[in-house]
Formats: sequence, C-alpha cells, structure tokens
Amino acid sequence: MSSINVPRMADLAAAGKKPEILFWVGCAGSFDARAQKVTRAFCKILNETGIDYAILGKEESCTGDPARRAGNEFVFQMTALQNIETLKLYEVKRIVTTCPHCFNVIKNEYPALGGNYEVVHHTQFLQELIDTGKLKIDGGAFAGKKITYHDSCYLGRANDVYEAPRSLLEQLDNELVEMKRCKTNGLCCGAGGAQMFKENEPGDKRINIERTEEALATGATIVASNCPFCLTMLSDGMKAKEKQEEVMVYDLAELIVNNKGWE
Amino acid sequence: MIQQILFALVAIVAFSWGGRQFLKIRRNIMLGKDTPMVNNSGARWKNVLLIAFGQKKMFKRWIPAIFHLFIYVAFLFTQIELIEIFIDGIFGVHRFFAPILGGIYTFLISSIELLSLGAFIGTLVFLARRNLLKVPRFHKPEMNGWPKLDGNLILYGELLLLLGIFCMNGADAVLQQVDPQHYTSTGATALSSWMGPAIFGGMEQGTLVGIERFGWWLHIIVVFAFLNYLPHSKHLHIFLAFPNVYFAKLQPKGQMDNMPEIMNEVKSMMGLGPEGAEEMPMDEEIPEFGAKDVMDLEWRDVLAAYSCTECGRCTSVCPANITGKKLSPRKIMMDTRDRAEEIGKKLDTGSVEFIKEALRASEKTLTKTNFDDGKSLFDSISKEELHACTTCNACVEACPIMINPLDIILKLRRYEILTESAGPSDWVPMFTSIENGGAVWQVPDDRDAWAN
Repeated sequence: MSSINVPRMADLAAAGKKPEILFWVGCAGSFDARAQKVTRAFCKILNETGIDYAILGKEESCTGDPARRAGNEFVFQMTALQNIETLKLYEVKRIVTTCPHCFNVIKNEYPALGGNYEVVHHTQFLQELIDTGKLKIDGGAFAGKKITYHDSCYLGRANDVYEAPRSLLEQLDNELVEMKRCKTNGLCCGAGGAQMFKENEPGDKRINIERTEEALATGATIVASNCPFCLTMLSDGMKAKEKQEEVMVYDLAELIVNNKGWE
Repeated sequence: MIQQILFALVAIVAFSWGGRQFLKIRRNIMLGKDTPMVNNSGARWKNVLLIAFGQKKMFKRWIPAIFHLFIYVAFLFTQIELIEIFIDGIFGVHRFFAPILGGIYTFLISSIELLSLGAFIGTLVFLARRNLLKVPRFHKPEMNGWPKLDGNLILYGELLLLLGIFCMNGADAVLQQVDPQHYTSTGATALSSWMGPAIFGGMEQGTLVGIERFGWWLHIIVVFAFLNYLPHSKHLHIFLAFPNVYFAKLQPKGQMDNMPEIMNEVKSMMGLGPEGAEEMPMDEEIPEFGAKDVMDLEWRDVLAAYSCTECGRCTSVCPANITGKKLSPRKIMMDTRDRAEEIGKKLDTGSVEFIKEALRASEKTLTKTNFDDGKSLFDSISKEELHACTTCNACVEACPIMINPLDIILKLRRYEILTESAGPSDWVPMFTSIENGGAVWQVPDDRDAWAN
C-alpha cells in the first residue's frame, strides 16, 4: 500500500495549530485489514476536499464500546476516561468517525464521564460535504447498478440516522433496493454487543448468514454498509455463500472514492 | 331491591379483593431500586398520547393493529355504558342516561354497538391467530402452559362481555316495543334496533326480561371478574401500558446508563478525581454491581415486566432468536415479572426463613432489604441467553409500549462480569487488550500503521 498523508494531532499541536475536526479511526479502522481500506478511503476524501482535520494516531484508544456492552464497566471507564483526557489536551470540539459504535459511545456516553463533543458519523459528514458543495458526485461507475443498504444497529436504531447514507447512495445514481428488514426494522449483522469477540451461542444459523441471505434476495450486486464490523460480517457471509465474486460489500466512503476515481 | 343489594355486595367484594391484588402489584414493582429522576414531562406526555393512547407503534404491523384497535376503542367507549350500569345497579333504575341524553344517547349506544361488533370480529380473529393460524411468535417455548391459556382466557372473557352487551341491548329493543312504560326508548340504535327484534322478536315478555337481565348481569360480572383476573394476567397491560410509556427512557436507544460508582473509583485510580475524593471504603462488604435479582433493577424495569402482554414482537425481531438461539427478549420480561411475583408471595408469608442468614439473629421482620430465598433472576434466565444478545435494540424498537428488555439484559451482564468475575472466556483477551494495549485486539503494529 502506498503511504497516505494523514495529519496527526500531536504534530499540529507542536506547530501551534488546531484542526477543525478530529477523525476518530477506531480499533477496526486501525487494525482490521478490510476496515483499513475504509479508513484510507475516507482520508482520501478528506484530503481531496481540503478538510482541516487530524487523527490522534498512537494516542487514540478503544472507546470501550465492546467492554461496556459485555458488562465490563471497569475496562470501559479506564479506556474512556483516558480518551477524554487526550481529547481535553487537544481541546477537541468536533469529531467524525467511520465506526457507528465509536460514534454512539463518544456522542451519547462520554458526556456522562465529562466529555462533550459534537460527533458526526462519516456518512453524515459526507452528506454535509455535498450539501456545502465541497464534494460533488454524479452517477459514473455506479449509475443504474442495483445496490442494497444495510443499516447498522448503532447508526440506525441506536441513533435514528437512516437518511444521510441513503441520500448519498441516491446521488451515486444507482438503483437502491431495500432489504425486507430495513431502517427501524433492520436486522443486525451479528457483531454488536461484543459478539464480534466471541463464539456464537448454539443455534440453527449464524446471524450474518441470515442477513447475507436477505441481502442476496434483493438481487443487488453491491451491499453498502456504514460500519467496519458489519463489513466483516457481511463479507464473511458472502464468502460462506460463495458469492464474494458476484456481490461486493463496500463502505459508503469506498463507493465515493471509487466513483471519483481517487484510487 | 334484591338486585340492588346483590349488585352492591358483588361490587364491594370485587373492588376490595381486586384492590388488594393491585396494591400487591404496586408493592412488587417497588421492589426495584429508585429510578433516576424522571424529567421532561412534555416529551413523556407526548409519548403517552401517541404511543399509549394513539397506539402508534402497534401500527408497525397493521393487521393485528387494526383488530387490536377495534377491541381497544370498544373498551374505552364501553366505559360510558359501564357507568350507566353502575348507576342503574345501585339505584335500581333502568337506562338512567336514556331520557337525559336523548339523541346523544342513541348515538353513544350505537357507537358502542358498532365498536362491539368490531371487537367481536377482532376477538375471533385473535383466537384464530393464536390457535389456528399458528403465528410463530405465539408458539415459542416460553408460551407453553399458563401464558397460552392466559391469552385464550382473556379472549373468551371478551366474547362473554360482548355477548352480555348484545343480549342486554337486543332484548331491551324488543321490550321497548312490548312495554314502553318500563323500558325507556333508546331511539333507533345501530345494531340492536333491528338485530334485537330479528333474534328475540315474538318471545314472551318474561323471557325477554330474563334475557335482558342475563345480559346485564353477565356483562357486569365479567367486568368484575376481569378486574380480579388482571393482576394475575398479562392483560394487565390495559392499565400499565400508560405509566410504562410515561416512564420509558427518552435518551437515544444506543445510550447505556453510566455507573458513577465505578467511574469515580477509576477516576481516583487514575488520579483524575476531584480534590479530596475518597477511595471506596475498603472495610465494607465488596459492593455488588449490576443486577442479580429484582431488587437490583430499577422499579421502572419491574413496571415494564408487569406491563408486558407477551405479544412477542420483540422476540420475533431478535436476531439471536431468529437464528435459533435461546435468547427471547419476551422471556426476559416474563421471568422478571414471575420472579417479582415469587418474591412478593414469599414476603407475604412474613416467614423468617426468608431473612438473610447473617441477619436472622438481629432482624425479626422480613422486608425487601433483608430478603434472601437463595434464588435470583439467574435461576430462570441462563447465561447462555444473556450472552447471545447483540444489543441491536430491535426488541426495544419493536415493543408497542416502550418496554426495554435490553436494559435488564445489560444489567445482568454487568453482574456476571463485575460481581461474579465470570462470563464468556472469549471476552477475556478483548478486555485485556483494551486494558493493556488500548485496542480490542492484541496487535503488534502501531495504531496508525495503516497510513504508511
């Protein structure tokens, strides 16, 4: 992979600068090979549109979401309070993140610990770039293609964000086909609540398979997602169904980068 | 006169016995801990109006919603007729409102009759859905036995209520023609004015009086029976849905409640505490975190458990349940309620054997604070169920009356992890990685290596 120019908060601070927005990368975006591509895609968009941003880099820690949902409040508090201290140090006011779990925790749960920020999910941020004219997209590569959109639980039900991602897809000029269970009724990919980190309980089926089958039933050739964990779960589902060559699972940021030819 | 005395007696028994049962339910709900100050009453009343009164969330599934609406609106309207039945019953008059209200009375009775017809159809449809169509959510394991019978008994009871209304009004319509002196004209009501004569026309006056009285007594007796049945039934939702919606959480569904006691402990460990902050006193018992039993939940969680009408919409959308795991959010609510009932019954015995062993010497009166029967919610809710939850909030979204099973699940998980130091072993590496490496996985790379 070629290197990509990503400003670090510490470097900017050393130069006496403070960016407008912090890009919170998250554990998946930092370490998971598939999610790293989304991180890079989103940075490309930020770079191309001239956004004044930075990442925390090595100073970022897990937000604590899976620990808290598993029930481990001690581990959650330790990592969360550490993060809040770091954010305080850099006087961060606004945060954008490509992970809906990070988004939910920083936006809704850090305030009770003393961390108050304006937090946006990258799909909302991308919509904002389009609304302000900083980013222009047109049909291009995806025009007329059948795409289905998977609502992540933590962007959808947990925070009632359903429209921004759909509006982005609309502008890519493709044919959006909804799955049987969508929006408020969307079906989980199976990763949330720290399920990502453990084996399933006994049952008939894995949840990601159930969801993958529903996506396949739409006849779409692209599944758009907004969450690194959904991305893994649905990609695994496609592999299990041996459909990984025909149906691609992409994050919305990747679709835009593709569309703009910023590869 | 005999009827009046009989009515008064039946009413007194029904109300005093039923009242006692309701007070016990209130006591059982209050077994829970204090719910944090409930603010924002404007938004709460709006929810009560739209979601409880307006049944907004029922309409996520419109077929049952429409039939349920028939029964619900009929129930609301029939209260007017019930008031009249009470006045008539106590004062020995007949159709007290008819001469006073005139045309309005005809309209009201007509509305009640039409709504009752709708409710009758709705009840039959619901019986069919439960017993003939085999709607999957009514046939999950937790519905075996009493819950299934309960659901059917309510519907049979409703049929009896409606049968009472039809007999009473139908026979009355004929009597108005035969004996206009004693039977005040109700005007041409929508159904009974033609159905009455069609069914009961030509009968002896004595028989008609008998049918009318039978309908009247049947209706009011079933109402009293329901009043006493409700506290033992899922049907309690007809009352508790309203307070439950009022007290339901307003915050975003993704937001878990903070645990200030742990936050403060960690803050002082990290040297972040406010000046002079004291560490947790070490000499006391090791504190318990999360919830093990009903007493560790908030009272609004217990209220929610008693409000649940076991419709199973939550379970039918639960990703874990859909894929064959044991978890069923409805069962979590039912188990919570059943455990609250069990504790309530044991508290009623006042038996000292239910006082915590360590306190038995010093305390002689059984209370909710010294209660210990050696059991807990974990006797009915297995760890396997708790571990299967993806916290996706589908159950919370699906509930027509804003019950939150996830809240209880997460509190039980907190108990398992924090107090018992147990839980799935797969989670341990994740916890240690976060604690030691600041990431969910143990990775040798730098966190920003992806940019290179």
